[in-house]
Parts: sequence; C-alpha cells; structure tokens
Amino acid sequence: MFDTALTTADFVFLAKGAGMTIVVTIISVIAGTILGIVFGVIRYQLGAIWAAPLIFVLDIFRSIPLLIQLVLANAFLGTILRLNMSGFTVACIVLSMYTAAYCAEIVRGGIEAVPVTTRRAARSLGMSWGQDMREIVLPLATRVALPSWIGLALGVMKDSALVYVVQVTELLRSTQILITRLQEPLLLLMICGAFYFVISFPLARFGGYLEKRWSND
Amino acid sequence: MIEIEHVRKSFGQLEVLKGIDLTVSKGEVVTIIGGSGSGKSTLLTCINGLEPIDSGRILIDGTEVHAKSTDLNKLRRKVGIVFQQWNAFPHLTVLENVTLAPRKVLGMSRAQAEEIAVRQLTHVGLGDKLKTYPGRLSGGQQQRMAIARALAMSPEYMLFDEVTSALDPQLVGEVLDTLKMLAQEGMTMILVTHEMAFARDVSDRVAFFHQGVMAEIGPPQQIFGDPQHPETRKFLSSTRQ
Repeated sequence: MFDTALTTADFVFLAKGAGMTIVVTIISVIAGTILGIVFGVIRYQLGAIWAAPLIFVLDIFRSIPLLIQLVLANAFLGTILRLNMSGFTVACIVLSMYTAAYCAEIVRGGIEAVPVTTRRAARSLGMSWGQDMREIVLPLATRVALPSWIGLALGVMKDSALVYVVQVTELLRSTQILITRLQEPLLLLMICGAFYFVISFPLARFGGYLEKRWSND
Repeated sequence: MIEIEHVRKSFGQLEVLKGIDLTVSKGEVVTIIGGSGSGKSTLLTCINGLEPIDSGRILIDGTEVHAKSTDLNKLRRKVGIVFQQWNAFPHLTVLENVTLAPRKVLGMSRAQAEEIAVRQLTHVGLGDKLKTYPGRLSGGQQQRMAIARALAMSPEYMLFDEVTSALDPQLVGEVLDTLKMLAQEGMTMILVTHEMAFARDVSDRVAFFHQGVMAEIGPPQQIFGDPQHPETRKFLSSTRQ
C-alpha cells in the first residue's frame, strides 16, 4: 500500500487518468464542434450586429480563464440550481462551451474564406442555400479551418487538466497523487508528459495527413 | 422568351440600370456591348435573380423572376449563367463539377448525370480531363468546364457575362469557338462581351448600353456599320484603336 517505488499498479492508475483525459476531451471536442458549427453559421448569417448577443456570450467563454469558469459553473449548477450534477458532467459542459466559443470563430473564418463568386456559381445552377452549404461551403471551409481546429482540439486536451477542480481525476491529477506518495516529481511528470504526447500525436498526424491529401486538388 | 420591362436597379446612391426594356425570343443571340459601369453585367445577374431589382419586372416564359412566389432555384434550372471568373468548385474533379447540380438539383442518378456530363465535356473539348482537378486546368479550360457545367442542367437560356475578359489572349479563341458552336446549335443566349468581331459574327441583335440606359439596339450590321447614337459611335471608334 505504501510502496515508494513505481509499480505496475501505478501505471494502470496513470493510464486510467489518461483515459479520463481522453474521454473528457472527446466528449467536449465533439459537442463543442457541433455547437461551434451552429454558432459559427448563425454568426456568419446574422452579421456582427444581429449576432451581437451571441458574440458577447462566446466572448465570455473565451476570455475568462477556464479554471474560473469551472469553479463558477460548478458552484452555480450545483449550489444555486441544485442540479446535483457529477463533476464529470460539469467538466464536459464547461469544456464544450469553451471549445464551442473558439470553434465558432474558426467556422466563421472558414465560411468567409469561401469566395462569394464560387457560392454564386452554385446558386446559379439552381442549388438551394442548404445544398450550397453542404456541397460547396462545408468541404471548402473545412480545408481552411482544419489546422486551427486541430490546434483547438489539442489545446482543449491539455486544458482538460484543469477539470481536477471539479473533482475529476484525469491524467495530471493522477500524476500529482502519485507525486505526493512517491516524491518523484520529475520522473512522474516526464511519464505524464509522455502520456500527453501519445494522446496528441495521432491527432496531429491525422491533421497533417488530411492537409496533404487535400492539397492535391 | 425573356422579357425585361422598365428595369431599374441601384447600388446605394448609384443607379446602374435606368429603365431597361428588352425582349429576347427563343433561339435568339443577343450581345450587349458598352463601357464598364454601363450596367450590362448587372442586368445578367438580375435576369436569373441573383440580384434584386428596384422596379420594373423580368419575365422568363411568363414567370416573374423577382415575384415572391417564384421558386428561384427551380427557375434557375432554365437559365444557365457563366461568369467572368469561371468559379470552378476546386475540391471536385472536372466530372464532379459538372455532375453535382444534375444530381443534387435534378435528382439524377450518378450514372445518368455522368453520361450527360461526359457528353457536355466532350462537346467543349474536355473529354480527356474528366478526373482532373480544376486547379490543374488553364483558364480557358476552366471556363469551358464552367460552360459544360451550366449546359449539363439542360437550360433553355444561357447568359454569358464577359466570359473571356479574365483569360490570357491566346486562350480567348477556344472559348469564343465554344460559344459560336452553341449559337449555331440554336441556344438562346444573352452575352455581355468586349469582343466586337465576335459580337458582329454571332449576334442576331447587338445592344449598346451607356450609363445604365440601352442607347441603341439593332442587327450587327447596323450597330457596327451605321450606328445611330452618338455614344455608340464614340464607343466603337474607341474600341477600334
């Protein structure tokens, strides 16, 4: 129980933390991206003036440090609304909104990068707004937005380390627990960093692969 | 038949169309010439409803383009347009560029759409470029692809908005030849162009636009041989230099 050397069980413990990091990240990035696309399209369609309330809310999520958002959201949802949510749920909600706020701007930028003349050509062929969005804007905007989106997803993965404040034991928190017991901070942080790298690397490579593939056309 | 009646259109303070009247019958080829800013390109984008108009009306086979009840997406199947900038869909191959609208808008099967696309692309001389991405084509080839793309919808009318203006001089000929071919096949066309020899060659009627007004319209022999309006004379002599 009070082993002072690194055991297999400790690795399993870290791997579980890494698993939590991955789960929180995947949920938040997927939910945040879907919301971000919705917000981004609304933002683009309405223009800066009509979308002002939305922009304001998204700005809040982008400008307040995530740590504060987590603590405040936890207090608000749990103590004031008495929703009795788990820390995990709160973490996913806050991280999703945080992701959506950044993603909305990426989406808007992607849509704006599609030339109006190309869209006109699509509409002139009898395609509806929705068909133009799906067949022309979405694929072209995705190519433009992908590098920023990959960066966002990697950022969210690392920022998810902060969800320990709502009692979610993810990778960094697991590492800290082990550090407290083993008193080997440098070694453990190196292992922890290696875990993060292993999680990030495939995503970064996948982005690079897509970029290369799409550059052919 | 395309009927344009007293059409007025402003961009902010600037009135670009000051009451245009023009009727184009089935099978007719009408070219519009005139200086830049004379409103000729704006008129084309109004005809297929890409731009709203301020007053007057435009009828295509009796359907009012700018009426609220008009289904523009449906109407546009009848009226193809090709722009100065060819506007290829860069993420699709040449074949996919042409099959997209027939599949999505007309609901054709892939095989059906491809059959039509191959025919149209062969027609404009791109039968060997089906799997190529537009980025690898020359400007002239991309413009011919845009023409095939519009033709694949089997439109009854075609509008051409300065389709050779953005091309290198040596590529202009191939596009003009394609247009000539269409004219000879009996396609109803309205063309905005700066190619005077071409206009003289293919047109049934030539319209001269000046500052938002159609100053003069008539058979090419008259417009180029014996222009009546002083501005037409001035414009033609300046293009001859």
